[in-house]
Amino acid sequence: MAVPQLAAPPAASRMGVRRRRPSFKGWQFVGPFMFVFALVFLAPIGYAIYLSLFRNRLIGGNQFVGLDNYQQALTDPQFWSSVGRVGLFLLVQVPIMLFLALLVALALDSGRLYGKSFFRVSIFLPYAVPTVVAALMWGFIYGSQFGLVGNINDALGVSLPDPLKPSLILASIGNITTWEFVGYNMLIFYSALQVVPKSLYESAAIDGAGQWRIIRSIKIPAIRGALVIATIFSIIGSFQLFNEPAILRNLAPNAITSYFTPNFYAYSLTFAGQQFNYSAAVAVVMAVITIIVAYVVQLRGTKELG
Amino acid sequence: MTTTAQTPARTTKKPVTLSAKKPRRKGSIMLTLLVGLMSLYALVPLGWLLINSTKTQDGLFSSFGLWFDDGKFALFSNIADTFTYDGGIFSRWLLNTLIYVVVGAGGATFLAVLGGYGLAKFNFVGKKAVFAIVLGAVAVPPTALAVPTFLMFSKFGLTNTPWAVIIPSLISPFGLYLMWTFAAQAIPGEMLEAARVDGAGEMRTFFKLAVPLLGPGIVTTALFTMVATMNNYFLPLIMLKDPDWYPLTVGLNAWNAQAATAGGEAVFNLVITGSLVTVVLLLAAFLTLQRYWQSGLTAGSVKE
Amino acid sequence: MSRFTKMAAVASAAVLGLGLAACGGGTDDAGSGSGSGSSTVTDAQVQAALEKGGTLTVWAWEPTLKDVVAKFQEKYPKVKVDLVNAGTSDKQYTALQNAIAAGKGVPDVGQIEYYALPQFAIGKALTDLKGYGAESLKADFTPGPWNSVNSNGGIYGLPMDSGPMALFYNKDVFDKHGIKVPTTWTEYLDAARKLHKADPKAYIANDTGDAGFATSLMWQAGGKPYQVDGTNVKIDFTDPGVQEYTKVWQQLISEKLLAPISSWSDQWFQGIGNGSIATLATGAWMPANFVTSAPGGSGKWRAAELPQWTAGGNASAENGGSSLTILDKGANKELAYGFLKYANDGDGVQIRVDNGAFPATSKTLADQKWLNTEFKYFGGQKANEIFAKSAQNVVTGWSYLPFQVYANSVFNDTVGKAYVSSTPLADGLKAWQDQSVKYGNEQGFTVK
Repeated sequence: MAVPQLAAPPAASRMGVRRRRPSFKGWQFVGPFMFVFALVFLAPIGYAIYLSLFRNRLIGGNQFVGLDNYQQALTDPQFWSSVGRVGLFLLVQVPIMLFLALLVALALDSGRLYGKSFFRVSIFLPYAVPTVVAALMWGFIYGSQFGLVGNINDALGVSLPDPLKPSLILASIGNITTWEFVGYNMLIFYSALQVVPKSLYESAAIDGAGQWRIIRSIKIPAIRGALVIATIFSIIGSFQLFNEPAILRNLAPNAITSYFTPNFYAYSLTFAGQQFNYSAAVAVVMAVITIIVAYVVQLRGTKELG
Repeated sequence: MTTTAQTPARTTKKPVTLSAKKPRRKGSIMLTLLVGLMSLYALVPLGWLLINSTKTQDGLFSSFGLWFDDGKFALFSNIADTFTYDGGIFSRWLLNTLIYVVVGAGGATFLAVLGGYGLAKFNFVGKKAVFAIVLGAVAVPPTALAVPTFLMFSKFGLTNTPWAVIIPSLISPFGLYLMWTFAAQAIPGEMLEAARVDGAGEMRTFFKLAVPLLGPGIVTTALFTMVATMNNYFLPLIMLKDPDWYPLTVGLNAWNAQAATAGGEAVFNLVITGSLVTVVLLLAAFLTLQRYWQSGLTAGSVKE
Repeated sequence: MSRFTKMAAVASAAVLGLGLAACGGGTDDAGSGSGSGSSTVTDAQVQAALEKGGTLTVWAWEPTLKDVVAKFQEKYPKVKVDLVNAGTSDKQYTALQNAIAAGKGVPDVGQIEYYALPQFAIGKALTDLKGYGAESLKADFTPGPWNSVNSNGGIYGLPMDSGPMALFYNKDVFDKHGIKVPTTWTEYLDAARKLHKADPKAYIANDTGDAGFATSLMWQAGGKPYQVDGTNVKIDFTDPGVQEYTKVWQQLISEKLLAPISSWSDQWFQGIGNGSIATLATGAWMPANFVTSAPGGSGKWRAAELPQWTAGGNASAENGGSSLTILDKGANKELAYGFLKYANDGDGVQIRVDNGAFPATSKTLADQKWLNTEFKYFGGQKANEIFAKSAQNVVTGWSYLPFQVYANSVFNDTVGKAYVSSTPLADGLKAWQDQSVKYGNEQGFTVK
């Protein structure tokens, strides 16, 4: 697949790449990463693929079943409903989050902000909150009896809908994810903006270009690589949504099913049902879907922005 | 040679101004308010954390969540209890986390910087495959890999040892990508060519010349890997059985879970205070690292 | 091991009752010879292993075991017990399953809840304690827990604690609204209506669908939805006992008389403390949790007998509780059995009871001093009398599925729909049944 095209920014081919003639010299730098990577990612994946060809039952033991698990996954309505759910999540939450992150990053970079360092830290901070605390915090906020929502209802005499009911749960999860990751993406965009030469837009400003124009024609194209990669990692993150539903499930067990997201489904299969063979097959199918979507987005992303 | 290489960065035609220190344009109140709103969104839940760490276990469930408990201010006793509860095991978890962060996140940053630089500045056999493989592997849902990883590590005798936490956290695919784009943009090829003409070895060139230019990238990557290692929960949970090796996340979760067992003591106040301590530590790390961000800003000025 | 040794073991255990085989007459060589569950081990051999010493790894989350281990090591100085909290409930089961699959790091002793025990037993993960003469301990334990450790003709653990059910209620709330404490579930339903009408913020109970709770109520109603004979399983949620439960609970749900708050959550602790959750029907292990986790309700709460499905009855059921088991892949099983007996049948019981645990031993339940304990949290009430009575009246004949861990994990996917949509409870139960049947057949059981 052609993912590396996106990854290698045009700048790399223009300057600094050592030789046209292929050599192995680069491996002394990439080698260590790939070695550990092979150990902690590739080997378990290989093992998982191997496992996905078997079926180990509580009674009757282990047997080779070929592609049966894959066939089951492709026709499993619970699996597909989980894929649909994260698909919807992806279409709504990711654009909102990335837009907000970009907005804040540009504001921070503009130099027109009072208290810049404070904002930079404070917006990033949610990313640093341990999961268990996030659970307690949002549990309190979403509580419609004695939580913040309940308190607002009492104080203002309104009746806000319960954020944990089935029809709203996805939006509530989206809110938590946005809260956690706006700062994370903001930081990526911000640090990418840091390496854009200031002189570029200073001269543009002298030429009379407005702020919006500078943003649109200089800054955004300059951080294109970061935008595309943040999108791709957000797609992967959405498809792997796990922590937030797992947290909220304690509070809303009926709104969040055991097959709420593909990753949560793989988890339930392995840990509640001991179906790790089938779980491995589900994971492989999901990986293929993710790669295809990421690839399409990357192609479109580079075209539109390039 | 080091000095000559760095000189061009400092003698560009236009003097570099750090916008953080001296805003060029006057501040905009509208913009500040807008970003302030975002900041409020980020901080309100954290305010809950701060307020509730001042409450006793009893006060936690008998007072309003977003305000202090009347008359009782238990922050200091909570902090003291957090560090002494259960034989002072919290300090042990803190120390473990510190080790995991320094070795794990430090190693992850190092590998990512090295790899990103290699990808950005060299053409080599198999380069195209590298990122495809990395991205493809990252797309596999991690919960399904937990059991295979556990079984493998168990064969090597690594489970229930710190290595079971450290080794997996050495890999940050996102860090690799980040360093790749950074290295591609921040290190001018001419500079490397010059160093090569001078006859410097590749590794020496990397450490003496490239690393100083990668400042913001390294800081960003370090922050991400640090937080990722600190928040690492799922894998340590599966790999570690002995609470003496727990990182903070798993330990705090165990405290949180014990309330829901028969005869278990609820210590939510300690869970909350312990989390506050964790967040404060990360904040301190962030503020410390932030300095290096600004020194790294000079890198951008190279490209004219 | 000959037939003779086996007979001797049974005989000696029968004579000595509690099985304190004092004479450590040297059959040292037997210590290494017990690979599979079918071997026969005498009390003398166990005693010898205790005196010989060794290291024992115990995975348990039960907090009172800490003291038990300390006292045990005092008594048998050569034994070192490594007590590991490997996670609570399903987290520990995952860890156990992983260790068993890896064949490494399997503990000698593991805490397993009654509902999960058949699953581990049928997966051949546990040692059948019949080979150790555990049958003779039957009289030492109350019927509910003892029945729970018996699975498919084997005995796979010794009961550690139990959860005979009782109704805990907030007396202040009932007094304030002049509502009578219900003795039947029909009265309970009436009380729920009256209470919620009098104070729209108050509910008779919280419930967001809890498999353990629902099955306990079916159990009390005499329902037998699960019938297990080896690998032949029958699941039927239209059984008359289950229908009794369904009828009442459907009304509680439809009329929105249950607080939509999950147990053990932030709001739950608040509700217990501030009186908006008025009752809690659960296992007798609850008082210790009340004291530590909801101190705000102290003095307001009381315990009562569980409401009945038939007026004038006295039926009860178990909710929760766990056993200590010996893992099949663990080493040093004689020593492990020695620990089990000490902790669950010997001196350990009193140590744990003193620390607030609820026992599973008949002797403690008949102990006058224990029965006379006054609970400050319950306004000085002698609540143990109620719990002991409940333990004696647990309906017999209940069994869990040999894959209950899975079944419980999909309870909210299926039955949970009744709580958040217009799906009737009966339909939810049907869906639960179907999914359990499907899983069972996939796993090689014959399920109907």
